[in-house]
Amino acid sequence: MVKKKKRFFCLFVFPGFIGIMIFVLVPFGDVVRRSFATAVTGQWNGFKNYLTIFQNQAFILAVKNTLRFTLVCIPLLVLTGFMTALLLNGMKSKKWIKSIFLFPLAMPTATIVLVWKMVFYRQGFLNLFLTRLGELSGLWGVIYKDYLDSQAAFWVLVGSYIWKNTGYTVILWLAGLGGIPSELLEAARVDGAGKWQRLWYIVLPNLKGSLYTIVVLSFLNSFKIYREAYLTAGAYPDKSIYLLQHLFNNWFVNLELDKMAAAAVCTGGVLMIVILLLQKLWDKQEV
Amino acid sequence: MRVDGKKVKEILQLIGKKFQKGVTVFSLFLPALLVMGPVLLLVSGSLMDQWEIGKYIGTVFTEGSEFIRWKLMPDYPSLANYKKLLFESPQFFILFWNSMKLAACILLGQLLVAVPSAWGFAVYPVKGSSLLFALYVILMLLPFQVTMLSSYLVLNQLSLLNTHQAIILPAVFSTFPVFLSYGGFRGIPHQMLEAARMDGAGELIIFVRLGIPLGKSGLLSAMVLGFLEYWNMMEQPMAFLTEKSLWPLSLYLPEITWGSAGYAFCASVITLIPAVFVFVLGQDYLEQGIIYSGLKA
Repeated sequence: MVKKKKRFFCLFVFPGFIGIMIFVLVPFGDVVRRSFATAVTGQWNGFKNYLTIFQNQAFILAVKNTLRFTLVCIPLLVLTGFMTALLLNGMKSKKWIKSIFLFPLAMPTATIVLVWKMVFYRQGFLNLFLTRLGELSGLWGVIYKDYLDSQAAFWVLVGSYIWKNTGYTVILWLAGLGGIPSELLEAARVDGAGKWQRLWYIVLPNLKGSLYTIVVLSFLNSFKIYREAYLTAGAYPDKSIYLLQHLFNNWFVNLELDKMAAAAVCTGGVLMIVILLLQKLWDKQEV
Repeated sequence: MRVDGKKVKEILQLIGKKFQKGVTVFSLFLPALLVMGPVLLLVSGSLMDQWEIGKYIGTVFTEGSEFIRWKLMPDYPSLANYKKLLFESPQFFILFWNSMKLAACILLGQLLVAVPSAWGFAVYPVKGSSLLFALYVILMLLPFQVTMLSSYLVLNQLSLLNTHQAIILPAVFSTFPVFLSYGGFRGIPHQMLEAARMDGAGELIIFVRLGIPLGKSGLLSAMVLGFLEYWNMMEQPMAFLTEKSLWPLSLYLPEITWGSAGYAFCASVITLIPAVFVFVLGQDYLEQGIIYSGLKA
């Protein structure tokens, strides 16, 4: 039986695995080798490539910005999603509302960029709105700020990330909330626990697993913000949104493959460690 | 006058409830506006003629003091831009079919590769398979930029650069659909498969006749999420396709300049249509897919 099992496992999994070997694992091995070699001659170069990238201003800036972006976005998204899910959880007909929140996920980035430009450019809708608000309240005058070409671009990206991914997070939170046994909540209610007490002592502790997956998936999705960033601001945007993704792309265009190799190994390694650490943390909670 | 404490409390409670309801409605109305706003802008813009659109967003070019203006109902609604785009610009068609071809080939390939893999992991757990699955999960979580160079190296080696295969082949072997399909398969009770075996069904028959129908929510959600992802694909074609006639719509759209904004609106609406179509038809699977993506391996 075990032998048979093995045979069928191989039969079903191997075609895909061979593809992964060819397209991902073997070439990534080559990338690791290249990260220790010179770009042109391919000679052993020790850790020189790594030293180069860590002294590279662009790399440091990109790492900083990417970190800042994730550290701002993920908590914000997790919270927005959670509050929305809590609001929705009590409702009976959620389908329509869920559709509304999910829709941005389906909207191709290329189509939304046109709208973002109309909203955020110097004479766009946002400034129009703020100026009218200023006129009404008499507190400030006309505002001409180009949000896409200044440090505000960072916040435009944050907003657009939240806009796009709230639905995804809400669905995951709702699944988590639905997984809490209702007897548990009922028992607490009978024992006299109020709404907030139930939330704090029963709901939240039961959602730790959801929190883990939501953080990991939000992290994965945060890298796709490059599309919005690139389409609204191009390959060399404002300094505040120059992300690792821009850097990789620009190195690729300039064929600086040695730096790219070292950076790919570093980024991949750090991501792997973060994922494994989060997973370990979660496993510990479960026991 | 004696204030009836009980009554005051009741009234306060009533106000509290009304307030809560108001907050709920408002907090849902705002996102609805944020979501539908862009769509309305695109649709209304696509129905304006070049002259009207120029009047509203002409301020882009002037750097003057005038703000953007807009009308959700165009003064002179016209389908002229659609006509031009659909019937008089063959290159738009080519790009549209590029997008379709890429998405369709990738999804078909994933069905053939990822779904059997997921079945293997779900039904024949052998020593070391969970370790391999963990590797798949990590691969699924790595962003494109990390594997960009390795993809480039192998595509270059196989001299596939600047062909559609350069986009299709690596995507076919993506591990995300394996993970989602696995989510659908693992709900199937093993006793059922055991019973089929007792009746003498072969393993392939079991996969096709039992596995696929029972686990279809997983693979359908992989298809829905996959379509939305590949319809929106940018990073891969940007890196591996230099020939512009091979580009998908998602890359071409932003190239349209403000000067021909009318086109841009129409092209955006047309790009949006397949995505909306899949979204509306597949919303249940989309939700299911998101839930599967959050399950622990």
